[in-house]
Amino acid sequence: MWSFFHKLGSPRWFYKISGQLLPVFIVSALGLLIWGSVWGLAYAPEDFRQGNSYRIIFIHVPAAFVALAGYYVMATAGAISLIWKMKLADIVMQAAAPIGAAMTFIALFTGAVWGKPTWGTWWVWDARITSMLVLFFLYIGVIALRQAFESAEQAGKACAVLCLVGTVNIPIIYKSVDWWYSLHQPATIKIIGETSMHDDMWWPLLVMIFAFYLLYGSALLLNTRLGVLQREQKTRWVRDLLG
Amino acid sequence: MLNSAFATMLQRELLLSVRKLSDSLHPLWFFILVVALFPLSLGPDSDQLRVLAPGLIWVIALLALMLSVDGLFRSDFIDGSLEQLLLGVQPLYFLTLAKLLAHCVVTGVPLIIVSPLLALFFGLPAEALPELILSLLLGVPTLIFIGAIGAALTVGFQRGGLLLSLLIMPMYLPVLIFGASAVQVATAGFAVTGQLSILAGLLCLAFGLAPLAVSAALRLHFYY
Repeated sequence: MWSFFHKLGSPRWFYKISGQLLPVFIVSALGLLIWGSVWGLAYAPEDFRQGNSYRIIFIHVPAAFVALAGYYVMATAGAISLIWKMKLADIVMQAAAPIGAAMTFIALFTGAVWGKPTWGTWWVWDARITSMLVLFFLYIGVIALRQAFESAEQAGKACAVLCLVGTVNIPIIYKSVDWWYSLHQPATIKIIGETSMHDDMWWPLLVMIFAFYLLYGSALLLNTRLGVLQREQKTRWVRDLLG
Repeated sequence: MLNSAFATMLQRELLLSVRKLSDSLHPLWFFILVVALFPLSLGPDSDQLRVLAPGLIWVIALLALMLSVDGLFRSDFIDGSLEQLLLGVQPLYFLTLAKLLAHCVVTGVPLIIVSPLLALFFGLPAEALPELILSLLLGVPTLIFIGAIGAALTVGFQRGGLLLSLLIMPMYLPVLIFGASAVQVATAGFAVTGQLSILAGLLCLAFGLAPLAVSAALRLHFYY
């Protein structure tokens, strides 16, 4: 088991393996995306109160899921790179930041579009929405800090420290809808206990959530591979690879 | 040995800020001056100001502290004394702790002392004053401790101020939320033990962990 972990220390090995994994990720992500969106947008029943406008949930909720999980990916990679000084973890952390920021932006944007017909406003200063905005700025902070440094090693360490400090905010973002009850509804999807959603809507949503995780995985792999090539551009294997 | 290093550092920092007293007072003047901006921009309607007061005082205190921590390590970084501290045998944790505590005394305490005056400017009811002071007492050190992490991360940049605020402001929000809400709830005449307990919890967390993060952040600037 540990030999796998040790092999991750070699960017070259990762580049090879990820090249084989990538088609699997991309094909399954696209397949699930198409399946889930056709099911959700065309076949799932209309909502009793919101009509068709609720269908944006099939983008909004998966994007929000992945946006939060993306921070954990980034922070875990940061911790690994600080503790084991693994170069690859640093590259993963660097690659995860813009994808996470994009996912957070999608969640905020679709939320605003959904809020207009249902709440009658684009934006409210509600706990969940505000905390997602904070998450967006956490991502932006990591990206900005990385660009401020000239040396990649210093930048990696600085970002890892920042990511770990920012982790304190994540439980607050997760729990904000339960702690401050306001316009945004509390979590409907529960791992333990009954989900307060009809099966016909719940299944396509689940498909879309898996699709977004796979989409995130594909984007992360692609971005990490790019990072590996950039970071290792002076080594022989990269020069051989790129001719 | 450890205690003496801690005490020496604390003494040095306090002595330095006494020698540069006018520098240490900048955040205080900023605090008072920005307060004066609000009646000028929002209009001198005292009812409206009274409603906004808890949030305004907290936001201004936050901005003043954020600006003040920017230079926390920079002069030591430039003149090389920071490098000597890192090379030394003393654990960096206690040295940074001493530095941060000195900053709390020099910058934080004057802000807290002057805050009742500002509450008076805004017409905040006198019953809410103890809660305002208590919430600031618990919140201001937390803000300084968190801000120091950003200051340590950006110490190598000539002008790190804007980047610092981008990094630190998201981390400040929990403190701001509970601090301002404590004063607001107290103005309405309710008990604020909940908010104050959370502020105290955040302070404990920052007190224990922030010096670690600061030490790690300071070290990386000498990594070539």
